[in-house]
Amino acid sequence: MESAQGRIWTRKKPEPEAGPLLLVEGLGKAWGARIGCADVGFDLYPGEVLGIVGESGSGKSTLLGCLAGHLPADAGRILYRGRDLRMMAEPERRHLARTEWAFVHQNPRDGLRMGVTAGANVGERLMAVGARHYGAIRATATDWLGRVEIDPARIDDRPRAFSGGMQQRLQIARNLVTGPRLVLMDEPTGGLDVSVQARLLDLLRELVREMGLAVIIVTHDLAVARLLADRLMVMKDGRVIEAGLTDQVLDDPQAAYTQLLVSSVLQV
Amino acid sequence: MSEGYSFAYLDAATKRMIRRALLKALAIPGYQVPFASREMPMPYGWGTGGVQVTAACLIPEDVLKVIDQGADDTTNAVSIRRFFERTAGVATTTHTQDATLIQTRHRIPEAALTEAQILVFQVPIPEPLRFLEPREAETRRMHALADYGLMHVKLYEDIARHGAIATSYAYPVLVEGRHVMDPSPIPKFDNPKLGDCPAIQLFGAGRECRIHALPPYTRVVSLDFEDHPFEATKAEAACDLCGAETSYLDEVITDDAGGRMFCCSDTDFCAGRRAAGHLGRLSEGAA
Repeated sequence: MESAQGRIWTRKKPEPEAGPLLLVEGLGKAWGARIGCADVGFDLYPGEVLGIVGESGSGKSTLLGCLAGHLPADAGRILYRGRDLRMMAEPERRHLARTEWAFVHQNPRDGLRMGVTAGANVGERLMAVGARHYGAIRATATDWLGRVEIDPARIDDRPRAFSGGMQQRLQIARNLVTGPRLVLMDEPTGGLDVSVQARLLDLLRELVREMGLAVIIVTHDLAVARLLADRLMVMKDGRVIEAGLTDQVLDDPQAAYTQLLVSSVLQV
Repeated sequence: MSEGYSFAYLDAATKRMIRRALLKALAIPGYQVPFASREMPMPYGWGTGGVQVTAACLIPEDVLKVIDQGADDTTNAVSIRRFFERTAGVATTTHTQDATLIQTRHRIPEAALTEAQILVFQVPIPEPLRFLEPREAETRRMHALADYGLMHVKLYEDIARHGAIATSYAYPVLVEGRHVMDPSPIPKFDNPKLGDCPAIQLFGAGRECRIHALPPYTRVVSLDFEDHPFEATKAEAACDLCGAETSYLDEVITDDAGGRMFCCSDTDFCAGRRAAGHLGRLSEGAA
């Protein structure tokens, strides 16, 4: 593994390739007799943002967990750049998970190491893929803190000392530092107040564009979906009931449940 | 030697079980082999793992040396040495060169070891990832996948907080480029002696039921960063009794007024030098 200064993690915006980055077919996961998610299929191209919306318990997080490899799926195929993740050996999957993928948890406490400094949090993925130059790791961490609008002077503070919004931005920096292609986000703006949410969304939009990321974002907030997602998938009871372009789904919902969901949004 | 005990206290079946674990550990350097650790007539934390490994390795012709932090005359060392004098009747010594089996707590002797010797370490916590990752299932998976990035997170934290790698004992090592191992709480001064050592090195953790090992001449590398390389450190002083400048030193407070002295932690090494006429700052007859 290359460990020369600043070599491994400088992968720039990926070259557009033919074919989808992620192709999911007939994905299913059961919790005993109950359905977690069933018969889910979609594709995702580089640079595309897919939103998954639905009420609590509709299988959004189960689906995301299966995609990320946190949960073993029961049925179907998940093809990442043409390779089936369900068939992939664990070491290879782990390597992918910390180089080409990223997972942003709803609660930053799940995605961060609360006991170590912000710099170590950002540097962890670099060290996991073989970075062994302290100065280079620190420089990259400093750079990334700046990019997610955290004062680089706080590099030696623990995440505990950060506000909720800062923790979430730190989690994003920690995930994006290796220049992933695919980012999975589980309610990234949940639990943040609206002004902090707005800044975070701005930041996400910018990073997605700048790095050419493909993103799957699970949310129950339709405004977040409207702002970030190119396409939308609506889930209910573990199944996809409607899918299409975001504006199309939100402005002209076809399924009864989607109509209910769209009309339940409070207007200010 | 006491009547009524098997040779070296443990029964034959137990020794067989431990020897199997030892062979497996030697076959996979740095890998922690589980074994069915027995109750020993001493409390956990007093070297029950080391004693079981020693008991499983001892033969009547062995000459045993036991050290505790380098010293032959501290409680732990004396009681374990007496234990094997009574239960195995083997000869004992304090001279490193004369011993065929050395049980040690937290030091590697200063004198170079030979192919005829076995070094047995007492290990409190064999898992180098334990304080970074509390889940046993997860640490095993990390070892299986050689997923050791976390180890460097710890070293990164050290440098970020203290300006240098402040871990001074139980310094993690990479064995044969594969397993990260905790060398038991030896000072990092001793780390370079782990690698390419002619003697067999066995590590027994009684409470944690694990044995790991380094066969002779194993490649052992202390983890570090390119711009913060590993450094074997010791107190910046010479032994006040024998004048040695290259041995690992203990600092001893001598009065309530800030008086202190340094002396070799390896008592046999120090005594040998004094017998050969070397003098330290506080030696009788020194200037």
